[in-house]
Amino acid sequence: MPEGVPLLKMENIGKEFFGNRVLYDVSFSLMPGEIMGLVGENGAGKSTLMNILFGMSVIQETGGYEGKIFIDGEEKTFKDPFDALEAGIGMVHQEFSLIPGFTATENILLNRESMKYNPLVEVFGDRFKTLDRQDMQKRAEKAIDTLGVALDPDTLISEMPVGHKQFTEIAREIDRQKTRLLVLDEPTAVLAESEATVLIDALKKLAAQGIAIIFISHRLQEIIDLCDKIVVLRDGRVIQEARTENTNVRQIASWMVGRQISGEACPDEGKERTCGDVILKTEHLWVDMPGETVRDVSIEVRRGEIFGLGGLAGQGKVGIPNGIMGLYISGGKVFVRGKEIKLNDPAASLNEGMAFVSEDRRGVGLLLDEGIDWNITFTAMQIQEKFIKKLFGGLIKWRDDKAVTKCTEDFIKALEIRCTGPKQRAVELSGGNQQKVCLAKAFAVAPEILFVSEPTRGIDVGAKKLVLDTLRRVNEESGTTIIMTSSELEELRSVCDRIAIINEGRVSGILPACSPAEEFGLLMLGHVGEGLAEPVPAGNGRC
Amino acid sequence: MKEKLQSFIENAGWPRIIIGLFLLSLFIAAPFVGVRLDASLSDTLVRVGMNGVLVLAMVPMVQSGCGLNFGLPLGIIAGLLGAVTSIQIGITGGIGFLIAMAIAVPLAVVFGWMYGQLLNRVKGDEMMIATYVGFSSVALMCMAWLLLPYTSPTMIWGYGGSGLRTTISVEGFWLNALSKYLHIQIGQFFYIPVGMYLFFGLMVFLVWGFFRTKTGTAITAVGSNPEFARASGIDVDKMRTISVVLSTVLGAIGILVYEQSFGFIQLYMGPFYMAFPAVAAILLGGASVNKASMMNVLVGTFLFQGILTMTPSVINSVMQTDMSEVIRIIVSNGMILYALTRKVMVKR
Repeated sequence: MPEGVPLLKMENIGKEFFGNRVLYDVSFSLMPGEIMGLVGENGAGKSTLMNILFGMSVIQETGGYEGKIFIDGEEKTFKDPFDALEAGIGMVHQEFSLIPGFTATENILLNRESMKYNPLVEVFGDRFKTLDRQDMQKRAEKAIDTLGVALDPDTLISEMPVGHKQFTEIAREIDRQKTRLLVLDEPTAVLAESEATVLIDALKKLAAQGIAIIFISHRLQEIIDLCDKIVVLRDGRVIQEARTENTNVRQIASWMVGRQISGEACPDEGKERTCGDVILKTEHLWVDMPGETVRDVSIEVRRGEIFGLGGLAGQGKVGIPNGIMGLYISGGKVFVRGKEIKLNDPAASLNEGMAFVSEDRRGVGLLLDEGIDWNITFTAMQIQEKFIKKLFGGLIKWRDDKAVTKCTEDFIKALEIRCTGPKQRAVELSGGNQQKVCLAKAFAVAPEILFVSEPTRGIDVGAKKLVLDTLRRVNEESGTTIIMTSSELEELRSVCDRIAIINEGRVSGILPACSPAEEFGLLMLGHVGEGLAEPVPAGNGRC
Repeated sequence: MKEKLQSFIENAGWPRIIIGLFLLSLFIAAPFVGVRLDASLSDTLVRVGMNGVLVLAMVPMVQSGCGLNFGLPLGIIAGLLGAVTSIQIGITGGIGFLIAMAIAVPLAVVFGWMYGQLLNRVKGDEMMIATYVGFSSVALMCMAWLLLPYTSPTMIWGYGGSGLRTTISVEGFWLNALSKYLHIQIGQFFYIPVGMYLFFGLMVFLVWGFFRTKTGTAITAVGSNPEFARASGIDVDKMRTISVVLSTVLGAIGILVYEQSFGFIQLYMGPFYMAFPAVAAILLGGASVNKASMMNVLVGTFLFQGILTMTPSVINSVMQTDMSEVIRIIVSNGMILYALTRKVMVKR
């Protein structure tokens, strides 16, 4: 264990976003040359913690933070990222911030270029200095050499593979002479395995030169390979701090997801649930949804089942319902009641008795500028010709506004939508009530199969409960098969019969909801087969 | 009472109230500067009837999210082709007018369909592209008017014996075919073209009805949120095409209504700026770039045409010089400028 004054020490850090607490009392310290792994589920507070460290403006704008940050034992507050840079903190973000039309050299040295003097400077000032290309080349090469990768400094960013872009970003941080602490936010997410290995070696080299590193990743094996110690965040708290040599992947996974409220999962344990035959089947489904690519998914869902799709963000779970409902380009085969359906055609999917509550409420889910009545009844009107009066023997399909209002009022009552009336515009409702409108829209078509994507994202606790209860009730009363996507594992476990965990666009395992949380944790991180139980085929769950 | 007034102001919007009051003051001032009130009122009513359908042609495209129909000249050209062909055939009276419509509408459907295909490729930039569709179609037709083999002596250039004239009178064919139908004449100066208003009312009713059907509802949803509509199984491109076709057809009918009252068919550069007054009128009526109602059409047309009729005559009399054309241009373009800057504010 290194001795002396820690390079970075964060003490009792807390943060609240509009009354919503995301960090509680987080403390850790970091020695020079030490590599710390920071792990946690989506929403555990990793990004917020790093934003605080880096002085991002979003923190100040939302009321600052609590606690203290010490650099070399001295208390510091960073008002903006420039302060943090000044203090020697470099950050590599998940999204690249590079200029595509510039070469690696130009990007690495952007705004810190080597300059040459010329006479015009006397008249116009320093801004008329010219670039010293040779020296820049040397500096870039030096930075790249430190990383130990084969990267041509003259390549344009736009022509590079993603791995090299990542290295360029890191080289930029290295070139800053002051950089002593490097924060890497999921640097390996876009890298192939061989590239990730190179990166890890490079980071070890940097650490050997005394640069401290905070490494955020979902790939636990990398964390074990690279880091000296790990900090596990869960729901904004430090759950565990440990030296990597004393732990293993399983343990970290269970720290990440394990919650003490195990009584909450499997609420109707013992109660016999009856599920019918297979109603929905996918074979090698792929979906080209940006950020949520689905590569190869084959699942079977039974009639009357509540089937969960879990996994970390960006792994493809959200892409599955979007693909089946025809919203993004998809391929493979999807069977409903044994009949293959036409993909890439939303009308075909809707006609098969499927409905979808989108995760993108404002973008896809709602007609923001129209009334609640239109929002709820539109799909049913267009697909099933409900709320339509046929005039002149069906020649004119007249909208039946009375029926529309009646239906809307019924749903407003049933789902307790808080509004001034059926004509209130959707944009004026709160998130929870908007979500209820989305659900009502799906219920209005009386679907056999209902896809619900992230139904509780961004809504308050009360509305959350009501939404989940409504789903359960519809499942019980109408026998609707529900396929629910959620980033919150506990939520899935409390509602679903079986849960499929999606990792890197593939099913990494299907487990009954009562399986221990750490099993799910392992699957989420892509450790297939390392779990205690074998994946459960359809029908072997509680059904 | 106060609350009622407040809610009225809120519903109508300040711009309409201010311009309405200005228009009212012009009407009040008119007799004092020697402008006949009954004649001005009658003029205004005639112009509203003439332009109403052209303004109505904005509605379908606005509702489907294609923006304001700056490509209105395309529909107008279909109408012009119908008009000159009808004169070539030589049948007079109401039948001649119906023949003109019967020729113009199918042409407008074809033009509108092509125009719709183009607009589906440039989603997000519809209004800019539409403006140039209008401009370039006018330019193309400038050549066509010269070359098309029309032979009716009332229409072709006298000296060359071929090619259509820039201005063709419809007198003796179907001048006032609608306007004089059931018209009310009070005194020497005041008359209401009842037939034209009946026709305009029919068009308004048809468009209003269309937006209460299943397809009309789908088009409105496409305009409000295309992603929502797509997720509900709507063919977004098809709905947009329908709306563009509808707008173009209304443009063709609109210009025929205009001509039968105006008395002349204006070819060549005639349709070039026709879209702008219609755009200005509907925006003045309170429509936004993606929402328009029948009320917007009626109020907007009345206010815009009212101002356009009254300002030159009143101001002319005050200043004792003839600068009606200058004032007309200033007022009309100023109105568009106002309307377009207002549009930007709505967008934000």
